Amino acid sequence: MPLIDSKIAIELFRSISKIRIAEETIAERYGENKMRCPTHLCIGQEAVAAAIGIALRKNDFAVSTHRAHGHYLGKGGDLKAMMAEIYGKVTGCGKGRGGSMHLIDKNAGFMGSTAIVGGTIPLGVGLGLSIQLHKTDQVSCVFLGDGAVEEGVFYESMNFAVLKKLPVLFVCENNLYSVYSPLSVRQPDRRQISNMVAGIGCVTTQADGNNAPEVYDLAVKSLMKIRNGEGPVFLELFTYRWREHCGPSYDNDLGYRSKEEFESWKKRDPLVIMKNYILKNHFGTENDLDAICKSVVSEVNDAFIFAEQSPFPDKADLSGHIYSEGC
Amino acid sequence: MTRSISYAHAVNEALSQAMKQDKNVICYGLGIPDPKGVFGTSSGLQEQFGSERVFDMPTSENAMTGIAIGAALNGIRPVMTHQRLDFFLLAMDQLVNNAAKWHYMFGGASSIPITIRLILGMGWGQGPTHSQNLQSWFAHIPGLKVVMPTTPEDAKGLLLSSIFDDNPVVFLEHRWLHNQDGNVPENPSFRVPIGKAKILRAGTQITIAGMSYMNIEALRAIAYLQTLNISCELIDIRSFNPIDWNTIFNSVRKTGHLLVLDTGSETCSVAGEIIARVSMEVFSSLKAPPARLALPDIPTPTSFALTKYFYKNAKDIVAEVAKQLHFDLPHEIPELEKKCPHDVPGNWFKGPF
Repeated sequence: MPLIDSKIAIELFRSISKIRIAEETIAERYGENKMRCPTHLCIGQEAVAAAIGIALRKNDFAVSTHRAHGHYLGKGGDLKAMMAEIYGKVTGCGKGRGGSMHLIDKNAGFMGSTAIVGGTIPLGVGLGLSIQLHKTDQVSCVFLGDGAVEEGVFYESMNFAVLKKLPVLFVCENNLYSVYSPLSVRQPDRRQISNMVAGIGCVTTQADGNNAPEVYDLAVKSLMKIRNGEGPVFLELFTYRWREHCGPSYDNDLGYRSKEEFESWKKRDPLVIMKNYILKNHFGTENDLDAICKSVVSEVNDAFIFAEQSPFPDKADLSGHIYSEGC
Repeated sequence: MTRSISYAHAVNEALSQAMKQDKNVICYGLGIPDPKGVFGTSSGLQEQFGSERVFDMPTSENAMTGIAIGAALNGIRPVMTHQRLDFFLLAMDQLVNNAAKWHYMFGGASSIPITIRLILGMGWGQGPTHSQNLQSWFAHIPGLKVVMPTTPEDAKGLLLSSIFDDNPVVFLEHRWLHNQDGNVPENPSFRVPIGKAKILRAGTQITIAGMSYMNIEALRAIAYLQTLNISCELIDIRSFNPIDWNTIFNSVRKTGHLLVLDTGSETCSVAGEIIARVSMEVFSSLKAPPARLALPDIPTPTSFALTKYFYKNAKDIVAEVAKQLHFDLPHEIPELEKKCPHDVPGNWFKGPF
């Protein structure tokens, strides 16, 4: 077990809870038909987002995917602006133009998420290039999934990051499925993603993505190397999406994955793992953790009220911001 | 001070002056620092500004475009160059899904100041995959700006405007223009605004709206037509997104006739869009149906024997003008015969690309 202090442990718990409770609430209320956009929940995968987000500095950059709520919140993205965005409100982080799949909070260093698989990988690498040119000690973090590894742009981007020794942390959440397609029909049996990436010349490590302290420890060590100018690091973190690929429901009835597989992953709930870690190390009591959850519930409720009460963009907003005015 | 330099030199000067003015301007592409320097357009830049800011790149068009976008998110102004537009098709995902959308989809939170230089091939057997003119594709995408300068002066002024514009700009350079000379101001603060057309020749009887290399053919055609006392107005469209509609409409209001020249395939071309808009907005000024001269809807062939029937030139322009203005032409027009083979811009051009 990695050594982390009580402060970090509590932060991890709070972050995982916040992602979990925000998304559970989205799932619960999605049927009201007010959140009218494709929504990809990361429930079951929160440990990666929380641990990486806390390990990164505020001024480090992150880019993400269609399943970005966790990464955005973990990095410190504004919850109210995210909920308003999902509701299509003008107070949303993209003023209602992006929805759930396009989140941004530059104040938190969260530079954007997009819906095209692999689409932000080169952007994260480009942010790494800009850091190198500006000669700061920031790091750019690229969140991606196991499906994105199959995109050509992934290899091109990795190659360049390694070539130029760019300060980039690649965080690959291997959740075993691309929509309903398991790894076995997409990538050769017995070939590990991390081994393949090592072949490109990148430092790689695998870890249990449901264990936040382990991911945090690994991230801190990796970030130290990266800031030291040693080039990019690729983390392959195994985790599991509990709900359907897109939408609020469970989809085990479809039969594309087995009940046993689902149950075995659910037993390794990142929130429970984190809770037990804190209790075992006497970093907090059940009551402390309940209090955290209560405060998170109230924060989430406030964000939903904010989103609901915010105005929609009006007709004039339709054609704004097509071009940046500065030149 | 203004002096006569080549189009390629004008591009090189714009790059050099932009990099001098702003240390955030970087320049990369396949072959950028190589001994040929992309037809001379990038020669000397690496020596001047170092290999951190001027560099060759892996053969990874898509990722390198995304990398430009990512760098732009943190204040860098990348200029990317591709020796042929056709290679850049691998990067349409990054251009269309990310660069063009980023400012809009995040409510104006970020902008993407990147410039993509694409060189358009023609002749000497460039063939199906080294000579595509896809300006209409780019112009179709909201969020992109698209320019296509004809003269060395515009090459410099529009490239500087593109680099310092906060939006993604596709900058289309025709290979046959690189060796054209013209007067270009030396001043590093010289700019040509994006979105403004330019009247290359004033005239009264017909509006010819042209682009890029077709303007060179148009100038030859107009010189001949002048000997027949036919007065043509030649508009260099220059910018395809945004298009300067007022200059085109005003000219058509004056002449009552329109011929649009396009370097790309005919169907769904920029020429088609211009004819549509003119027909919708200034229909009552038109004295005859507008016409267009574009490439046939056929992939570019390679053979010298086939390209002869593929590309349009001054003779075709003269024929279109005669048709629209109802006058007869002699069977032979020796003035319009090229003094070199049809597949090269001049006898100086020996290929291979």
